[in-house]
Amino acid sequence: MAAAEKPPVTGTGSAALDGALTWVDQRFPLISTWKAHLAEYYAPKNFNFWYYFGGLAMLVLGIQIVTGIFLTMNYKPDANLAFASVEYIMREVPGGWFIRYMHSTGASAFFICVYLHMFRALLYGSHRKPRELIWIFGVLIYLLLMGEAFFGYLLPWGQMSYWGAQVIINLFSAIPFIGPDLSLWIRGDYVISDATLNRFFALHVIALPLALLGLVMAHLLALHEVGSNNPDGIEISKHKDAKGVPLDGIPFHPYYTVKDILGVVVFLIVFSIIVFFTPEMGGYFLEYNNFVPADPLKTPAHIAPVWYFTPYYSILRGVPPMFNSQFPGVVAMGVSVMVLFALPWLDRSPVKSIRYRGPYFKGALAAFVVVFLILGYLGTETITVWGQFGPWLDNADRATVVARICTVVYFLFFFLMPWYTKVDKTKPEPERVTH
Amino acid sequence: MKKLITSLLLSAAVLVAVPAALFAPSAVMASEGGVRLDRAPIEPTDVVSLQSGARTFANYCLNCHSASLMRWNRLTELGLNESQIMDNLIFDGSKVGDLMNVSMTKKDARKWFGAAPPDLSVIARARGADWLYSYLRGFYRDPARPTGWNNYVFENVGMPNPLWQLQGERVRVEHAVMKGGEAKEGHGGAAGTVKYEMVKPGSLTPVQYDETVRDLVNFLVYMGEPAATTRKQIGIFVLLFLLALWPLVYLLKREFWKDVH
Amino acid sequence: MSDVKKVNKGRRNLVIASCAAGGAAGVAAAVPFAASWLPSERAKAGGAPVVADISTLKPGEMMTVEWRSKPVWIIRRTKEMLEGLARADAKVSDPKSDVPMQPEYAKNEYRSIKPELLVLVGICTHLGCSPQEKPAADKAEMGADWAGGFLCPCHGSKFDLAGRVYKGAPAPVNLEVPKYTYLSDTRILIGDDTKGA
Repeated sequence: MAAAEKPPVTGTGSAALDGALTWVDQRFPLISTWKAHLAEYYAPKNFNFWYYFGGLAMLVLGIQIVTGIFLTMNYKPDANLAFASVEYIMREVPGGWFIRYMHSTGASAFFICVYLHMFRALLYGSHRKPRELIWIFGVLIYLLLMGEAFFGYLLPWGQMSYWGAQVIINLFSAIPFIGPDLSLWIRGDYVISDATLNRFFALHVIALPLALLGLVMAHLLALHEVGSNNPDGIEISKHKDAKGVPLDGIPFHPYYTVKDILGVVVFLIVFSIIVFFTPEMGGYFLEYNNFVPADPLKTPAHIAPVWYFTPYYSILRGVPPMFNSQFPGVVAMGVSVMVLFALPWLDRSPVKSIRYRGPYFKGALAAFVVVFLILGYLGTETITVWGQFGPWLDNADRATVVARICTVVYFLFFFLMPWYTKVDKTKPEPERVTH
Repeated sequence: MKKLITSLLLSAAVLVAVPAALFAPSAVMASEGGVRLDRAPIEPTDVVSLQSGARTFANYCLNCHSASLMRWNRLTELGLNESQIMDNLIFDGSKVGDLMNVSMTKKDARKWFGAAPPDLSVIARARGADWLYSYLRGFYRDPARPTGWNNYVFENVGMPNPLWQLQGERVRVEHAVMKGGEAKEGHGGAAGTVKYEMVKPGSLTPVQYDETVRDLVNFLVYMGEPAATTRKQIGIFVLLFLLALWPLVYLLKREFWKDVH
Repeated sequence: MSDVKKVNKGRRNLVIASCAAGGAAGVAAAVPFAASWLPSERAKAGGAPVVADISTLKPGEMMTVEWRSKPVWIIRRTKEMLEGLARADAKVSDPKSDVPMQPEYAKNEYRSIKPELLVLVGICTHLGCSPQEKPAADKAEMGADWAGGFLCPCHGSKFDLAGRVYKGAPAPVNLEVPKYTYLSDTRILIGDDTKGA
């Protein structure tokens, strides 16, 4: 009887509670799980600001699941009823507007947290050996999140929902040979219709959330297998005391739980400002045109995806059509996301953290951030937003030219990485973490 | 301590950036179509203005446009009681718990107007207050249009001026470019070369008309999101609570982190 | 420990065979799930191609059929009408129809398979209103050099008799030419170009 050999739980200060926990622990790995992942999971003690966003992303996932469950109780995935049912939630369901705004703001907040979380990895080399698999799980989560956002955005059945989905599904039509049939298969109809809305609803509320939860679990298990990285990019497991505890490690609980609560409160302050005072966020979180019901016969003058997709949308738009096909742009957009999977192997630097990297990497990363933001901005605007160049450049749209340059820089950041990280002049890493 | 300062600075930066986005909408919408929009001087908490807007809406808009997501008795939020709503606003025999529907069928509407007039429940959220305010003051007589009306905010608009009895009739007059001086923009005219001249005054003076439109737009904005005022009020309490919570959790964190060296 | 090296071949083959059979069953079971995403019978009925009989359509006339709840115009253009198209080349924003608003086989001067017969989706590419026919006789309204075409009543987009949009109009691209094919000289199938003569 292995279970009986476990020592009884003590120290809660209550004999009854001790007894209850002992009873559970003999039938379920309660104490060992608690220890492995919280009380005796040793995290480096030098986490800084950037280390809040993983936990915050988990918080937002929780917000999205809870608010989402309650939204489904009143939402109707029917092309004739969807738009009005969202407004019904906003107007007639007590507290409905709060739940809906939490969900719509949560979508953007999710991407903000994930983008900052991924940027943290780039800063401190958290994607490098031995954490490649954590990174890959993370990129998969990011991809699923994009799918989740895309499917979810169709549900309010406004003009932007409809035409945004139309634009994305039409991308699949650009794939040679199978394209038109593939997009027909995705839509389930010759135009985006009730059939499309229904399946997107199913994917949004069941399929992808399940997969997302599983991947988040894998992401965390892989992290706890190899241990957390830190702003110095060195392994704290190299220096342990007699009991095998890393000298620079502190138990995740209570130290990082109380610290993360601090981050959560700051996050909730920002989140509440948006939910309560500017839920549309100037048209970036909720687009104005989405307050017009979807109409297959009326094309809006300007179709822009939601802000978190716009860097990729800019890349898509920036690549000129070749052989009368939009396919090269679609490929470029696909590669621009998929290249993230290769990142752990593209980076050849002997050090992980930006603190000990040389000017090449720092410059490249800075350039990458700048072009990512520019691409993101341009994706929200029409290509004529900056006017045209003169006849000396064939009257080309300035925004298109800039987007093309940025696209090239975006790809160079990745494709030249094996070279510039290798020749870069690095500084020696310290033995122990610094503050 | 350094970390604390960094995180404080960054959160401060976010706190500044967020309200900045509040002012983005008017800018974004003004640029669309290239017409300069007048700022709608609306006051969402002004109950008298909202009531007046509701009256104008029921009298002039609701004959053709529905507001099918809005329930009549919700207007009690504007300080009206149910019998006032029944007596002064409902003309089609609807019950006070009904939605603001319109008796005209979509099919008839398409026959008469070419397109069904859009539902106005959330029109203010789609178009913005400034656009509505400028648009409803932007009609002028244009014999080239089938309805006899045109609008400088929404060129070649399908809807005739529903408030013409109030506003009167204006025509578009093109002037030679005025040097040095600005064109007088009583009604937000676009360039210095174009003016809109009243040829047949309505029952209201231009100032009164602007006020009527302001009240109507105020009501449309209210109807776009009836919970907006409550939302902001609750938001203040939520923020106050969170701001009070922050020092508490900060002390909690500091207490535990005393042992970390 | 000696078992590690010595592989039980029979056992391994059985494992492989079972996995292969199980995998095949899994794939087979997935087929109906994937197939459930194809257009249903209802969707197919709603989106089915329609046949238009043009035997009574006289030169210069236009008829409308409904396809996927959109109006589709069929116009038998006269020689004068076709000649007018070339004159409009300078005034339309996409004279060569480079924006793919038509199937490849209709990407020509007349935007049609047979020059005289135009098939067009009668929905303005601006905001989806239905444009009105304005014959060349309407010079008073449309200007002295009007060669016939369409005017959108909503926001004034003008199109020529090949559905090409005039410069300066709010509509961004030409009117859409649907997929179509000739079943015979007098019958056009709209919405499908795979079967036909």
